[in-house]
Amino acid sequence: MITKRIIACLDVRDGRVVKGVQFVDIIDAGDPATQAARHAREGADEIVLLDITATHEGRATLLDTVRRTARELFVPFCVGGGIRSAGDAAQVFEAGADKVSVNSAALADPMLIDAIGRTFGAQAVVVAIDARRDPAAADPVRDAQVLVQGGRKLTGRRVVEWAREAEARGAGEILLTSMDSDGMRTGFDCELTAAVSEAVNIPVIASGGAGTVEHFVDVFGRGKADAALAASIFHFGVSSARSLKEELARAGVSVRLPC
Amino acid sequence: MRVTVIDYKAGNLTSVLKALRHLGAETVVTDSDLSLVETAERIVLPGVGHFAATQRLDATGLTTAIRAAIVRGVPFLGICVGMQWLYAGSSEAPVQAGLGYFEESCTRFSVSQEKVPHVGWNSLEVRKDSRLLAGVEPGEHVYFTHSYKAPVTADTAPVTHYIEPFASAVERGNVMGVQFHPEKSGTTGLKILGNFLKWEGTE
Repeated sequence: MITKRIIACLDVRDGRVVKGVQFVDIIDAGDPATQAARHAREGADEIVLLDITATHEGRATLLDTVRRTARELFVPFCVGGGIRSAGDAAQVFEAGADKVSVNSAALADPMLIDAIGRTFGAQAVVVAIDARRDPAAADPVRDAQVLVQGGRKLTGRRVVEWAREAEARGAGEILLTSMDSDGMRTGFDCELTAAVSEAVNIPVIASGGAGTVEHFVDVFGRGKADAALAASIFHFGVSSARSLKEELARAGVSVRLPC
Repeated sequence: MRVTVIDYKAGNLTSVLKALRHLGAETVVTDSDLSLVETAERIVLPGVGHFAATQRLDATGLTTAIRAAIVRGVPFLGICVGMQWLYAGSSEAPVQAGLGYFEESCTRFSVSQEKVPHVGWNSLEVRKDSRLLAGVEPGEHVYFTHSYKAPVTADTAPVTHYIEPFASAVERGNVMGVQFHPEKSGTTGLKILGNFLKWEGTE
């Protein structure tokens, strides 16, 4: 039976893993290669590295980080942040990533999805979508607003129609972050996740809001998520992918337990 | 030992090369140099993407060279589309013939409630005498990402269930294929690649 994936997410700035609470109080949380290997060993099904380096000089550091992280990593490895062209994506693949995640660059130029997918295959393209419910819309969930710049800027796109366009252009997966839930630790937005998951035929990775194991049980059930991103849960409460998965298995969720 | 890895410009080879080297193999890559196939000790045909991309194997003469290598008994492993290519063809690209080592054809997953592609970690029902999957225990999982699959036949090494049962690996003589990505399947995947590297061949 296919299992639900737990994806460990590392936020990386200038070559170091950082963790912060809603973009403030950012502290150093170690070396990306070491952290990725630890998560994989403890049962994470996949590793996502999100580069939050703001500077241009940081790009060379990123490729070096990807190379070092990929070297001893034998689970799927996705890299996002700052990928603006098929050429950027090619460099990241060359450095050892299996997938790239694109967000604002794809919104600015949707053809980017086609371009990366054509060369590297749909399985290599993850389209990340940051969405916030729109209380003014006829359907506040399906018509949730798509945002960029950490939720500060509206794009005019609506979550379900954008997810469908991304799929039609050759995205292999959708990484959906609820900006209402992100950082709140009150649970994933299951309605939003289910609305997108039912609208597309590609996997949806839920992100934003995890605080307890029950939140994961919920998003895999009611939220119809195929995978869930785990970031801060490893900092607050649950100690590892192994213990998260053991608890999920006890709750009846089909997961891959580490050997 | 040396492994010849075939590059037919379908996706990137970095992960496969990295895993083979991690296991101690020396790797050489060819996209057209037939001598590297003619002298190969082992051959790996990776591949993600569209079945139509295998047309490049015919155009470069690699298909003929690989066929001859298989006749010589050189151990061969196809991964993902590389496995599907071992069959007669695939409904993904009906005009493009496969190698035809296995006579059946690959087809898309049936329409159902489940999503296609099949993406994620799934389990294997391993045939007891499989050499490629030796040491893989019940409960171990491997990573898949595909929309087309090979049918279950006598040559199927493990069966995996998603929408319907399909061949997650195939093995006959010295020719093997895996639908999943052993290079992305953690310790289980490395064990399977290791079995291929230790393969001593059959008559």
